Amino acid sequence: MTAVVALIVLLPFAGAAAGLLATRLGTRDLRTRDLRTGDLRTGDLRTRDVGARTERAVYRRAAWFAIAPGAVSAALTVWLAAALARGAGISEGRFWSGLLPGRAEGTLTVVETGSVPISLTLRADGLSVLAGILVVVVALAVQVYSVGYMRDEPRYPSYSAFVSLFTSAMLLVVYAGDLIVLYVGWEIMGLCSYLLIGHWWEDRANSRAAVKAFLVTRLGDVGFLFGIFVLGTAAGDFRIDAVLRADIPRGALVAATLLLLAGVAGKSAQVPLQTWLPDAMAGPTPISALIHAATMVAAGIFVVARLYPAFLAAPPTLDVLGVVAAVGMLGAALAALAQDDLKRVLAYSTISQLAYMAAALAAGSDRAAMFHLVSHGAFKALLFLCAGLVIHHVGSNLISHMGGLRTALPVTFWTMTIGFAALAGLPPASGFFSKDAVISAVEHGTGPAQPFVYASALLTVGVTGAYAARAWLRTFFGPARIEPLAEPPPGVAHVFDGREAPPSMLWPAGVLAVPALLLGLAGSAAGVEVEWGPAAVSLAVALLGAGIVYALWRAAPEQDPARLLGPFRVPCERAFYVDAAYAALIARPVLRLARGVVRADTRVVDGAVRGSGRATLGLSGLVRLAQNGNAQLYVTGLLAGLVLIAVAAVVLT
Amino acid sequence: MHVVYPVVVSALLFSIGVYGVLARRNAILVLMSVELMLNAVNLNLVAFDVWLRDRLHGGQVLTLFVIVIAAAEVGLGLAIVLAVFRTRRTVDVDRLRALAEVVRAPDSGRPDGEGAS
Repeated sequence: MTAVVALIVLLPFAGAAAGLLATRLGTRDLRTRDLRTGDLRTGDLRTRDVGARTERAVYRRAAWFAIAPGAVSAALTVWLAAALARGAGISEGRFWSGLLPGRAEGTLTVVETGSVPISLTLRADGLSVLAGILVVVVALAVQVYSVGYMRDEPRYPSYSAFVSLFTSAMLLVVYAGDLIVLYVGWEIMGLCSYLLIGHWWEDRANSRAAVKAFLVTRLGDVGFLFGIFVLGTAAGDFRIDAVLRADIPRGALVAATLLLLAGVAGKSAQVPLQTWLPDAMAGPTPISALIHAATMVAAGIFVVARLYPAFLAAPPTLDVLGVVAAVGMLGAALAALAQDDLKRVLAYSTISQLAYMAAALAAGSDRAAMFHLVSHGAFKALLFLCAGLVIHHVGSNLISHMGGLRTALPVTFWTMTIGFAALAGLPPASGFFSKDAVISAVEHGTGPAQPFVYASALLTVGVTGAYAARAWLRTFFGPARIEPLAEPPPGVAHVFDGREAPPSMLWPAGVLAVPALLLGLAGSAAGVEVEWGPAAVSLAVALLGAGIVYALWRAAPEQDPARLLGPFRVPCERAFYVDAAYAALIARPVLRLARGVVRADTRVVDGAVRGSGRATLGLSGLVRLAQNGNAQLYVTGLLAGLVLIAVAAVVLT
Repeated sequence: MHVVYPVVVSALLFSIGVYGVLARRNAILVLMSVELMLNAVNLNLVAFDVWLRDRLHGGQVLTLFVIVIAAAEVGLGLAIVLAVFRTRRTVDVDRLRALAEVVRAPDSGRPDGEGAS
């Protein structure tokens, strides 16, 4: 069974390698022949035809390299899930052992390091298969969707290869049985995120966003790595099983989990490292769906769930996590309410939803967190894909350019309505069930910060309903505000062509709508019981938020319902000036320090080097005076030296 | 005869030679002063050879060598002096300064060393 797991991880990797290395194999001589036989600029029809055909062949081949391994991986994952469901595993007392009792673990090789060995271990159990299914399904949907979305993109082969590489890395994180292996996948994900955010690097803002995402997540990853080291050295082993079984002193455990929490906050965009995620929306929309909504940002939550016994044994860490989540969910939801960019609305909502999962973990229920992780992965990926459809149609990211799209985009309208219903937690969509699980978990939590977290969670439910309703109404209802753009700048999809997107883009959205709608029912069938009292309360709160926005919108459909925030709106739109504060407190001092270091380098270090050269020249100038060509002077010097040596020899002996 | 007499004589000879080498300006006289120094050494060698009663007479043998080398050296030196005189019309040691460092204007900013020419 381990071989199957390895295959699931390696297939997308092979797809990535093939996509990077082999998409243009054999087409080069064709192209150079084109260049030799005809001039492209004068419009030699035959040559241009051949060139376009070559490009299409490359594009088609890259699409195959991207989709085929992903599809096989998905099929193998389903098989693995079936095998685990049949298996009669050891009861570990964790929630997934009831769902998928089997487990498999295999070690490929053990790397001796001199102290704590690193073992290349893969393991599959209920938790990893749950997350693995989410990853392969969303990745496959996104790959298919990208075929349509990136149709006229010259760098499509590298794009799809990076998506495959990302899928492979995420699967490695999910199936890793060893903390170091997990960290390898974790870092490759960060790299892919960086590469894909900066896909349209021609625009300086995009590459800046990529660098920002890279640096901020790296800041957390330093903590993460040291947390792994603390756990590994305390347990004497990096294997997750051994770490969880080991008897680690409480102090080391708290330190390790707090360090791990830094990495989790960086990857899952939690306070205080949340600022990179909204900027990461500079990447192509499918990337936002896959990496920055459904999978990579959920990896942080997944790691906490994976190491949950260690976190449970360190209550201070869970309290910190709870406070972080409470602040993050409400702040991000308010920020989402005021944004004008559709993708940024979804980005802030992602931060808010991830904070829900963190709150569930902090309250002691990894089952609710994982349930919300899976359902959020489905409906948020769906929302992003639909947002991509809308953006593809309108040619702009801004909600104020949209409106009245209900009739023009019927499929998108319905799928996105499902997504928004799930996001706002309306039954029977999946979000209702998973959010209810989270909120009842938070309600039953026992930590000192739990009342605060619970209040924040309930408020956030209302704000979530409000911003979901606002985005939905402003996009699909009201007067149409489409202004055709002349030439699309890089980073904004396409010119307006008045039709709905090609089927390769509609199908993935439609397929993802099914789990987004039904996953909650499946979850409750699988044993996550609904507590109807709190569920009714949160539903009422969500409807209240949505209702206020609807009333405001009804009164003036052409105005933004975000005006209900009043003077509070500008701080919300700027995400409470966290970016500006970081720029003033960290970025600018660091830049100033860097400039100082550069100056010190040129003045002091280089100055010392140049000064020693100049001093040598000056000294040699002095010595050179003696070399005047008079041989008798030389001999006199020789004699004087001889006399000196003789006198010294006599005196000293 | 006590060894101190020839040693004192040779020391005087050597000092005269050193003075000549250092102070005379005529190249031929400088060469002659070198001869004086060599012969002071020869005198020393012979005197100590006798005083120490060396059976192999190493001092005297070495003296013969020195005389031969001195003859060769003088021949070579005089030839050089002659060549110098032919080209420069002078044998004044003070004015033969072709070995001096040619002082160029200092090359500001370039940290590389200037080669002697």
